[in-house]
Amino acid sequence: MKKDNIKIKANDMIGRGEFLKRLGGGAAVTAVALAGCGKGTVTQSGPLGEVPTDKMTYRVNKEKGDRVSILGYGCMRWPTRKRADGNGNEIDQETVNELVDYALSHGVNYFDTSPAYVQGWSERATGIALSRHPRSSYYLATKLSNFSNHTRESSMAMYRRSFEELQTDYMDYYLLHSIGGSMGDFNSRYIDNGMLDFLIQEREAGRVRNLGWSFHGRKENFDEILAMHEKVHWDFVQIQMNYSDWRNARGNNVNAEYLYAELEKRSIPIVIMEPLLGGRLSNVPDHIAARLKTARPDSSVASWAFRFAGSRDMILTVLSGMTYMEHLQDNIRTYSPLEPLTEEETEFLYETAELMLQYPTIPCNDCQYCMPCPYGLDIPGILLHYNKCVNEGNLPASSGDENYRKARRAYLVGYLRSVEKERQADRCTGCKQCNPHCPQSIDIPREMRRIDEFTEKLKQKLEF
Amino acid sequence: MSVLKRVRLVLAILAILAAMLLFVDVSGAAHLWLGWIAKIQLLPAILALNLGVVVLLVILTLLFGRVYCSVICPLGIFQDVMARFGKMSRKNRYSYSPERKVLRYTFFVLFIATLVGGVSSVAGILEPYSSFGRIASNLFTPVYAWGNNLLAYISERAGSYAFYPREVWVKGIGTFVVAVSTLVVLAVLAWRNGRTYCNTVCPVGTLLGLLSRWSVFAPVIDTEKCISCKICSRNCKSACIDIANHKIDYSRCVVCMDCIDVCPKDAVSFRLRSKSKAAASAPDGGMKAKAGNAKQTVAKVAEKAPDAVSRKGFITGAGLLAVSAVRAQEMKVDGGFAEIIAKKVPKRETRIVPAGAQSLRHLASHCTGCQLCVEACPNGVLRPSGGLMTLLQPEMGFERGYCRPECVVCSEACPTGAIVKITVPEKSSIQVGHAVWIRENCIVLRDEQDCDNCARHCPTEAITMVPSDPDNRRSRKIPAVNVERCIGCGACENLCPSRPFSAIYVEGHENHRTI
Repeated sequence: MKKDNIKIKANDMIGRGEFLKRLGGGAAVTAVALAGCGKGTVTQSGPLGEVPTDKMTYRVNKEKGDRVSILGYGCMRWPTRKRADGNGNEIDQETVNELVDYALSHGVNYFDTSPAYVQGWSERATGIALSRHPRSSYYLATKLSNFSNHTRESSMAMYRRSFEELQTDYMDYYLLHSIGGSMGDFNSRYIDNGMLDFLIQEREAGRVRNLGWSFHGRKENFDEILAMHEKVHWDFVQIQMNYSDWRNARGNNVNAEYLYAELEKRSIPIVIMEPLLGGRLSNVPDHIAARLKTARPDSSVASWAFRFAGSRDMILTVLSGMTYMEHLQDNIRTYSPLEPLTEEETEFLYETAELMLQYPTIPCNDCQYCMPCPYGLDIPGILLHYNKCVNEGNLPASSGDENYRKARRAYLVGYLRSVEKERQADRCTGCKQCNPHCPQSIDIPREMRRIDEFTEKLKQKLEF
Repeated sequence: MSVLKRVRLVLAILAILAAMLLFVDVSGAAHLWLGWIAKIQLLPAILALNLGVVVLLVILTLLFGRVYCSVICPLGIFQDVMARFGKMSRKNRYSYSPERKVLRYTFFVLFIATLVGGVSSVAGILEPYSSFGRIASNLFTPVYAWGNNLLAYISERAGSYAFYPREVWVKGIGTFVVAVSTLVVLAVLAWRNGRTYCNTVCPVGTLLGLLSRWSVFAPVIDTEKCISCKICSRNCKSACIDIANHKIDYSRCVVCMDCIDVCPKDAVSFRLRSKSKAAASAPDGGMKAKAGNAKQTVAKVAEKAPDAVSRKGFITGAGLLAVSAVRAQEMKVDGGFAEIIAKKVPKRETRIVPAGAQSLRHLASHCTGCQLCVEACPNGVLRPSGGLMTLLQPEMGFERGYCRPECVVCSEACPTGAIVKITVPEKSSIQVGHAVWIRENCIVLRDEQDCDNCARHCPTEAITMVPSDPDNRRSRKIPAVNVERCIGCGACENLCPSRPFSAIYVEGHENHRTI
């Protein structure tokens, strides 16, 4: 049991805000250095078990014959570090290279990025790391992330820049990025400016091998865009799916059960995003973790979510934004090979999802789409701190709670550690510029106010 | 080592540790446990009209001489620490010197005059307790806070919430310079000649010296035993033993017992002074303690800001934030932080002093500038004033935090009664200033973004959001301040998104009122 406790701890650290993020770079380097010892050998064994190099489960995209690893690398959360000159952050390219090398050598061959990810640096960093390997050894996926400027010129420029940044002359998978929130937006971004027609031509020319889209939004819009399949022929669709969203999708999301069934009907391969809800399905409330651990003592909490995401046949690959070597190793272990969930296990996870609904966490997946906040707030940092306190039982329901004093201290000190004072919720102006960017449809200013009011109650030691 | 000296050492070490902890404390709890050490200091006790303490100290001095200077005054003990190093480098380094009366009483008169005249900044520079406070808070606290931050760093690694990091910043350049200069002067004087400051400059020393001339007990030289070897004189850090005449200047003796300890013939002893042998210098008349009058100080109303307030002055830079925000949005990418431009202090017509200070005049006439309140303030609000007439005195600013409704720490910490103790409910009704809105900086109009952060955080609900266009009820809302309800806590100024100058700031009141 002990070894697993250690693991949970490591997962705990994910959401701990900027301070740890910075340090995380260092941790990852150490992990890589350790892993480096095993370079050249076939397996690396340790107390957590082997990380097999040749047992990865693959799925075949029947139409194109692509043999895609069930674990896909999401390049949205590359490690960053503080710049040497102190002016903000930069990508930690050495660590990215090591993560990419490790992933490739352990059978991962699908890399998913976007011009918007990691402050716009992800494509370049991914390109640098991957171009050190033969182009045929991996599949590249990127997106047309024309959120702020819908003109054809700007969209074209973004499309062409992706080729330069990723150092390639063809894209294996190309996506219309995050559509479904509003049809007006969809039309403006892809139809009215002729970008969709252009991309269809590019597919014919072979520069885009598979054309698809990623979905966040309303059911009607999903249906409408999916109905275009007759005309456009979507090669794949990327949806948010996990055992929590399967039947209980929150906010503006659609139950994955429905999305999957619709795509399955049309035999469209499915790429899964948010299998772990940005860590919310690995950093779970204590007694949920205990429940999962009791069922399979040797598996990580996260492995349940990955097995759920990968078990169904139509799934081409499951994306995971792995910042740390430990996450990469754990996921490779889970998928080498994938042990599909039994029916009982699936039911068990649905029950777990029901239990988790009782915890008032905010559905933030730390995707950073809301950032940067023009008034300097660290929105995901604040939400993750709040969720952490929910999960750890440090969110007193009343000032009369037995553990009130301890919880108050953990909440306030933890808040200061996770989020700089000047970037906390009390700075929110309520301008709402962030809201349209949130794929989880969180009403961010409302949550900021709620968290601020709660924090004030604790600070002032008010009775509630 | 004699028992008496041992007692002196133990008491002195306890006293300086208590005083040091009180000032360097970052937990905010020390003043509850150690506040007494500040409250038994003579000048704070006089200013706070703490008669019990004053009477006790007078009796103590009349009985045993200036033991106050050896075991109560932290600055005195601090000098002993430095003198110890001096003695290590050369033994028997002191020698007798006659009292420098002119200098001594000049400083004393200057002190009384400035105190009564309300220029307490000058009085505060001469005074020992507040000098110690400034040195400790300006020079030792940062070291302590950095230590705390190291522990916070470690405890975060260990998943513990025991320590959390503290901001370390220079709160006032003027005070910092005064503190450093005092330390340098004292270190040099103490290293070379021991208690020169105490016997020439220190007004408290002079005042107590007037009493200790008459003390009942004192170190006395037995002329029968004395062989005039001058060992005692050479080890007297007060330079007050005149062996040629076998006299000790009791106005300068701080009763450290070193002479008793070093005398090879046991010729010096601490005992009842018999009248016949009272060789002490004749007491000066006319210099009766005036300290009691200090409370009647008629201070001048605090200074007006010298130059006319130019609002334009703090509107500059208003566009900066908007520019950086736009740049970030040009192409929407995920993540990263908008730059935070540090807030600047607005120009105020009247400075703001904490609730409990009652009025600028009350504060000026009671404050010794010891920095205890500045050090105790957990919100980064208090800092020493930089004004010439108010140098060292606390004032408020809201760039780092605001005067939080649940906090009355400064009023609990103040040993001199300059900030009178208040309760949390009292504080919520004390008006120390009022908020002023600056149209040009407000992001509602400047950036055309909704914002009600000032109104939302006002603890007295003194701010209402009203339509910016009186004819259009649906126009963007701007804040309107009800100055009658505003208490001047600075929440609005601190939390205003406009940088570097807030769109709402607090003007101080000369006299605080209860609303």
